[in-house]
Amino acid sequence: MNELPKMKNQTAKIFCGLLLALSAICANAQDAAEDAAPATVLPTTYEAMVAALPEASYDDKELLLQKISQSGNPQAPNLLHALLDGRLMATEAGKVYISQSSDEALAAKNLSDAITGAAVTGVNAESISPIGTNNRLRKGLRALCAQLDLASADADARSKAVQSIMRDLDEAGTAALRARLPLEKESSIQKSISSALALADLQSADANIRLAAVETLSGDISSEVYNGLTTLITKNDDGSFTEPDLRVRTAAAEGIRKIETRRKAYGALETLFFGLSLGSVLVLAAIGLAITFGVMGVINMAHGELIMLGAYTTYVMQLLMPQHIALSLFLSVPAAFLVSGLVGVGIERGIVRFLHGRPLETLLATFGLSLVLQQLVRSVFSPLNRSVASPEFMSGSLVINDAFSVTYNRLYIVFFMLIVFAALQLILKRTSLGLKVRAVSQNRAMARAMGVRTEWIDAATFGLGSGIAGVAGVALSQLTNVGPNLGQAYIIDSFMVVVFGGVGSLWGTLISGMSLGVVNKLLEPWAGAVMAKILVLVFLIVFIQKRPRGLFPQKGRSVEN
Amino acid sequence: MIIKTLSERFFATDRGSSIFFSLLLLVTVLVPTLNLATGEGSFLHIPNYSVALIGKYMCYAMLAIAVDLIWGYCGILSLGHTAFFALGGYAMGMYLMRQIGTRGVYADPILPDFMVFLNWKELPWFWHGMDHFWLAAIMIVLAPGLLAYVFGWFAFRSRVTGVYLSIITQALTYALLLAFFRNEMGFGGNNGLTDFKDILGFDLQAQSTRVALFIATAVALGLAYFTSRYVVRSRLGRVIEAVRDAESRTRFIGYKVESYKLWVWTFSAVLAGIAGALYVPQVGIINPGEFAPINSIEVVVWVAVGGRGTLYGAALGAVLVNYAKTYFTAALPEVWLYALGALFIGVTLFLPQGIVGLISQLARRRA
Repeated sequence: MNELPKMKNQTAKIFCGLLLALSAICANAQDAAEDAAPATVLPTTYEAMVAALPEASYDDKELLLQKISQSGNPQAPNLLHALLDGRLMATEAGKVYISQSSDEALAAKNLSDAITGAAVTGVNAESISPIGTNNRLRKGLRALCAQLDLASADADARSKAVQSIMRDLDEAGTAALRARLPLEKESSIQKSISSALALADLQSADANIRLAAVETLSGDISSEVYNGLTTLITKNDDGSFTEPDLRVRTAAAEGIRKIETRRKAYGALETLFFGLSLGSVLVLAAIGLAITFGVMGVINMAHGELIMLGAYTTYVMQLLMPQHIALSLFLSVPAAFLVSGLVGVGIERGIVRFLHGRPLETLLATFGLSLVLQQLVRSVFSPLNRSVASPEFMSGSLVINDAFSVTYNRLYIVFFMLIVFAALQLILKRTSLGLKVRAVSQNRAMARAMGVRTEWIDAATFGLGSGIAGVAGVALSQLTNVGPNLGQAYIIDSFMVVVFGGVGSLWGTLISGMSLGVVNKLLEPWAGAVMAKILVLVFLIVFIQKRPRGLFPQKGRSVEN
Repeated sequence: MIIKTLSERFFATDRGSSIFFSLLLLVTVLVPTLNLATGEGSFLHIPNYSVALIGKYMCYAMLAIAVDLIWGYCGILSLGHTAFFALGGYAMGMYLMRQIGTRGVYADPILPDFMVFLNWKELPWFWHGMDHFWLAAIMIVLAPGLLAYVFGWFAFRSRVTGVYLSIITQALTYALLLAFFRNEMGFGGNNGLTDFKDILGFDLQAQSTRVALFIATAVALGLAYFTSRYVVRSRLGRVIEAVRDAESRTRFIGYKVESYKLWVWTFSAVLAGIAGALYVPQVGIINPGEFAPINSIEVVVWVAVGGRGTLYGAALGAVLVNYAKTYFTAALPEVWLYALGALFIGVTLFLPQGIVGLISQLARRRA
């Protein structure tokens, strides 16, 4: 950034204004203006500078902002950020306020005075308007903000500031980083500052400095470093290298190789994560089936539609409380459990119990039911897909570094699946209901002889499995559109997961779902998404031939027929 | 005595079979006659689309007989039988596709339109020779037969039974559905094979060709019924029924259960393939949608509605349910799935023997 003059000549200002679009030329003009001495006086006190902001031209604003950032006033960082975000408001009378929101409707609430920082109330929303900026000004502002933030007490803000400076390295930014480096206590930020400085050093005229810089950078996987190093080993149009020194080139090539290896490792990690999150979806979809099919031995082809009902419950909950998306999502979990669970109890009482011991007939009847449920949803909600909004904490992603970031919704689904799984295990292993469920599934006649009301247990077990399917629907509504065919898409996968894991084994379902998810994602880059799915299906078909009882077969005599 | 047993074995002498054959004969004679001999405005005239529709029903009836053979008699519930049906259809479709020649949109003498569209330079290896009808005819039998044989050999040998088998047959057809949707497979992807011009040199749009196809389908249905009937009446059929009722016991007596199952399974798949091959020229298109698992399950419902384990019941169910489908999807489209769903539930809960069972029950009550 060029050295800025304290005063400026009116003619130079007009001249500059004419050439605003060409900033390089404009910079020259400002240099010229510096030489031409007499000028209008810009205010020097902080209060006066702030007050002058709303009316100043864009060029004057730039100068004023420079001064404000150098003023050391504790309000300065706040003010610059507010201006950058369009939250800096001015009244007709020239008062300047910082608002908490750039939204016009909300801007008048939560105002604070730009000079003192004190909260201000009773300002008419009509009377304030945001102070305008243009692209060039915002670019400068971002640099100023980043430089100011380097001194911030918040480590997160400092780290962001370093990243921001690194993206657009210039002299002022480099100087600010150099000044910060000895003061910085946080080691991770220290590291990224030295990376940024080394990146700047790559432009140095001294080959030794460049070499040292390359060595510092080697292994840093951020894309700025990667691009910086790649420019070193690229050739000019005439065939000569952009980097004249062979040592630096070799070091750069080595550094790039290191970066690529590390990136590959992170890429593998990302694939693994995608696989685990897909696996979690599969486990969620299948775990209800692991109860109804695995524990009870009932083929419920309407399982997918119970998932769909859960997803629609989320949709309805959101319609009921459109202002509280996060709350509606949390309330949807018990609501979907109840809706799908009750439907499940209805299915058990109305259909399944009459077909006890006739699995193929159960399969057909529940399939018919799934058609009816699908059509019912089409009649009630329309055949079109409905989209369910995600609350704020679900959107965005957790960026670990440039090569590896995980989206929150996929991350949360893994945790959600684990919670559901743990809850189910607790119910089955630690409650009296769970004890009876296991007893009935192991030996129905004996359980009845011991006084267990098997009909009630059947209905409750089926309801439990169906309710879990509904809960899975809540999770799926956050990943895909909610439509009448939602359940159909998961029914074959769910059965595959349960059969692969071993019927009757919840842990088997967990492990099989997770491994199928990971295998699917591992195959995807190599074979394409559809082919990966086909390969997994074929693998499963072959696997079931080899081990018809799955990965973790139940032991004992009850499994023989 | 010997003559009587022989005639019983070769000719269907029970009442259901007699009715089936009489009806089939009636339809085979009556429909073409009324279509060709009477004028457009005549009261008795059967329009061309009805001929195609009835031909389609007969293909479905054949498919239903194939499913009844393994489900009703052998106890294997296949939820993927339309995979074999569609494979036979695709074999026929490939032949018809090669017959188009230069009459396609891109007028390429060798490559079908979709390949030109996808910028392919030469035929994939499995398309070679499919312009000969004899090879297509072999493929119609071989493709579904081989798949069924390999699949069945693995499945039955490792004793995958009951629900597990049903689920992996469903996975099989689902995997094929996904595969055939891919353009790279070389079967026309999403759009499938269509826009056929002629078969064996006869124009497919011509009335006479359509009637000939109709008669061919009727004959094939009759033959399918006859052979299936022969199989289930033979000693082989007795063993197959024994496998259905008590698989382990049959094995302990000394029968190689796997071989019996494999045989009847492959035979059933071939029947389904032939039905598919006859289906394609009459409806004029084959696409991956035919592989959809729901289609296979629908076939099972036809059999259940008609009455499993009777063969003629399966044919009856196929025609009745499909007639209802044609009617409902035109008149009350939103009601069709309700009706189909209710049919599934109602038949399994209240009519385990299907319509045929109901009729014989009523007849017994009257007697």
